[in-house]
Amino acid sequence: MTSTVTTPSSESAHGPHPADRTGDQVAADAAAVIGTADLSEAGLRRFLQGLPGVDRVGADGRAAQLGTRSIKTSAKAWALDLTISMIDLTTLEGADTDGKVRSLVAKARTPEPGDATCPRPAAVCVYGDMVTVAREAVGTSGIHVAAVATAFPSGRAGRDVRLADTRDAVAAGADEIDMVIDRGAFLSGRYRKVYDDIVAVREVCHEAERPAHLKVILETGELATYDNVRRASWLAMLAGADFIKTSTGKVSPAATLPVTVVMLEAVRDFLATTGVQVGVKPAGGIRTAKDAIKYLVAVNEVAGEAWLDPDYFRFGASSLLNDVLLQRQKLATGAYSGPDYVTID
Amino acid sequence: MPRFEYAPAPESRAVVDIASSYGLFIDGEFVESASGGSLKTINPATEESLADVAVADESDVDRAVRAARRAQEKVWGPMPGAERAKYLFRIARLLAERSREFAVLEVLDNGKPIREARDVDVPTAAAHFFYYAGWADKLDHAGFGPSPRPHGVAGQVIPWNFPLLMLAWKIAPALATGNTVVLKPAETTPLTALLFADLLRQAELPPGVVNIVTGAGATGAAVVAHPGVDKVAFTGSTAVGKRIAKEIAGTRKHATLELGGKAANIVFDDAPIDQAIEGIVNGIFFNQGQVCCAGSRLLVQESVAEEVVDRLKARLGTLRVGDPMDKNTDVGAINSAAQLARITDLTKAGEEEGAVRWTADCALPEQGFWFAPTVFTDVSAAHRIAREEIFGPVLSVLTFRTPAEAVAKANNTPYGLSAGIWTEKGSRILAMADKLRAGVVWANTFNRFDPTSPFGGYKESGYGREGGRHGLASYLIEGSTR
Repeated sequence: MTSTVTTPSSESAHGPHPADRTGDQVAADAAAVIGTADLSEAGLRRFLQGLPGVDRVGADGRAAQLGTRSIKTSAKAWALDLTISMIDLTTLEGADTDGKVRSLVAKARTPEPGDATCPRPAAVCVYGDMVTVAREAVGTSGIHVAAVATAFPSGRAGRDVRLADTRDAVAAGADEIDMVIDRGAFLSGRYRKVYDDIVAVREVCHEAERPAHLKVILETGELATYDNVRRASWLAMLAGADFIKTSTGKVSPAATLPVTVVMLEAVRDFLATTGVQVGVKPAGGIRTAKDAIKYLVAVNEVAGEAWLDPDYFRFGASSLLNDVLLQRQKLATGAYSGPDYVTID
Repeated sequence: MPRFEYAPAPESRAVVDIASSYGLFIDGEFVESASGGSLKTINPATEESLADVAVADESDVDRAVRAARRAQEKVWGPMPGAERAKYLFRIARLLAERSREFAVLEVLDNGKPIREARDVDVPTAAAHFFYYAGWADKLDHAGFGPSPRPHGVAGQVIPWNFPLLMLAWKIAPALATGNTVVLKPAETTPLTALLFADLLRQAELPPGVVNIVTGAGATGAAVVAHPGVDKVAFTGSTAVGKRIAKEIAGTRKHATLELGGKAANIVFDDAPIDQAIEGIVNGIFFNQGQVCCAGSRLLVQESVAEEVVDRLKARLGTLRVGDPMDKNTDVGAINSAAQLARITDLTKAGEEEGAVRWTADCALPEQGFWFAPTVFTDVSAAHRIAREEIFGPVLSVLTFRTPAEAVAKANNTPYGLSAGIWTEKGSRILAMADKLRAGVVWANTFNRFDPTSPFGGYKESGYGREGGRHGLASYLIEGSTR
């Protein structure tokens, strides 16, 4: 099987990226977009509520249509390898142990034992207290360590606690931080509060010697409307998110294709407006290679080819990898194997 | 930069057998035409010849009408509605069962993408039979008086843009109401109608209830002119519709005419913009724009015109034009060389009259009839491309400043088949819909077809309605209370 997808290395993953902006540049970009220098609550509200609406029926229809693309043979092989390279292999259980995390990292390092052409996932994603273990286990493999922080998954804690949570994770060696927004503040219209939270977490991420990338989780299942998804996407991008992410995986519905389409439209428009390219990460509920390929089609046709890159698109998933590996084996051998032909972590 | 190159995903044509020649379907049998004349039907995507199809002359049409009359008086008319419904349900089920066969054949004969034939044409055709089957035993209670009666023999002439779907629109309500049918499909797309005849035999529909006569304009004229035809139903161009109206004026024949259109798709500055772009694309590039209700005039509020056009062009860059049998194709072939010539002519006129032409950058196949998606900006209401029906993948963009101006411009056309409104403001949708003189007004969507919804035109777009309860009225004489 040929593969044009390369495993992300520590050199390439920190290429040109929104993370390279300073806090002042982020604020200046935001001010330019909303057209007021002080980024007041009223200014943010005017801007966010002035964004074009999202018609749910139309958005669902578009997502369904994208899902009917027929991806076969060589295109499928390419898409499967790209999918693997975009996975944030995740374990977020209360019962996580050092052993479980080491086992997850081992799976990330060697997804397909005996097949060196198989790419590696982009990152492992763990709770903050597991970062040290994960960091040590990934070693120099180039696999990133992502940590959920800010009182994940509810985010219901004071700002000091959430910042301390983030600081711990960064200090322990996380190079990507997945934060949750304050959905209560967002839903009650306190946009400035959400904005300030994100800016503060971003600052903590940048205190590190090598700045950690910031993924902002919108928890779209709780935002309920697509209009809110679009507004929250813009709010997170204005505050300096490197990635916008659908969900924690702890709330249903988690990632859906239509919500991801709406977010892809937002990052596409944000690039056109500011010149800054923000990534998108659907998380939770994407379990099959078939689903993953539908997301890649949406990335390709909605945001564009520039997002077909682990630096700009990720899957937050735990069980997706094995299904992709089974599909990959099927393409290589012509026959379906079974669950015992892929490793469990 | 990585590229996501979708590998070709061609649908297999092995699911359908195409005979080298076809006769006429009269009185439950395939028969030779009296004259022995025939025409060739070709695949517009490759120009490959598919089959020879018989051409019916006046004597063939007469045979068909007589068969239909016999069947109507002896079998179909007296049959209880509940029994007729069983046949219609059976036809609907068979259409669903054989959907792949019909979809593939439609693509080969028409040039439309398999994605549309598979996901829209065939399922919607089956849905029409299901829907009208449900009405067949309820006609006494449908609001047409007690015991409304069928006309008798319906002569039906359908176009080439949705060959199977238009057949379903015509035949399903006619049969549900107790009429029998002589149907003439378009000369460039007769094959799915002939496959449908095969399906009718499978459904054991009594002979003569549906007769299919193939041929070109002369055959259609013979159907319309035949004195034994009680009701004429025509879908096609306004020019032919006018000729039909003249032909039957003064006779006792009833008629429904579903003719051309030049629909306004109106985008306000508060529209859900990404969905509006999809709606514009679906409005004019669905079926290569060969849709009578296509949203061929985009009326966009000046304040967002530039943004809408920019986004539209970017979106058109992702449309995949090419082999209609590929499941990933969005835009297929133009139905015929003649139609391609007409589209080419009108776009030339657009350029000459000063509109700015933009064409999507896509490689077109060497063989076959192809036209790349095209957008004209700086179009004024005086341009031919803003007035005449192009019936191809060509969009004219006009602007407006106020809702009143939008209404005035939208209604400033001899046609009135459909219109679209894009806005987040519900009250504006209702206010606009009230003022637009069009048979169908879509709000925040476009080109949606449903058997329960009546469809038809104002002004030169024709008269009468198809679909829904209203569609029954066209095939019934109201019952008298005396």
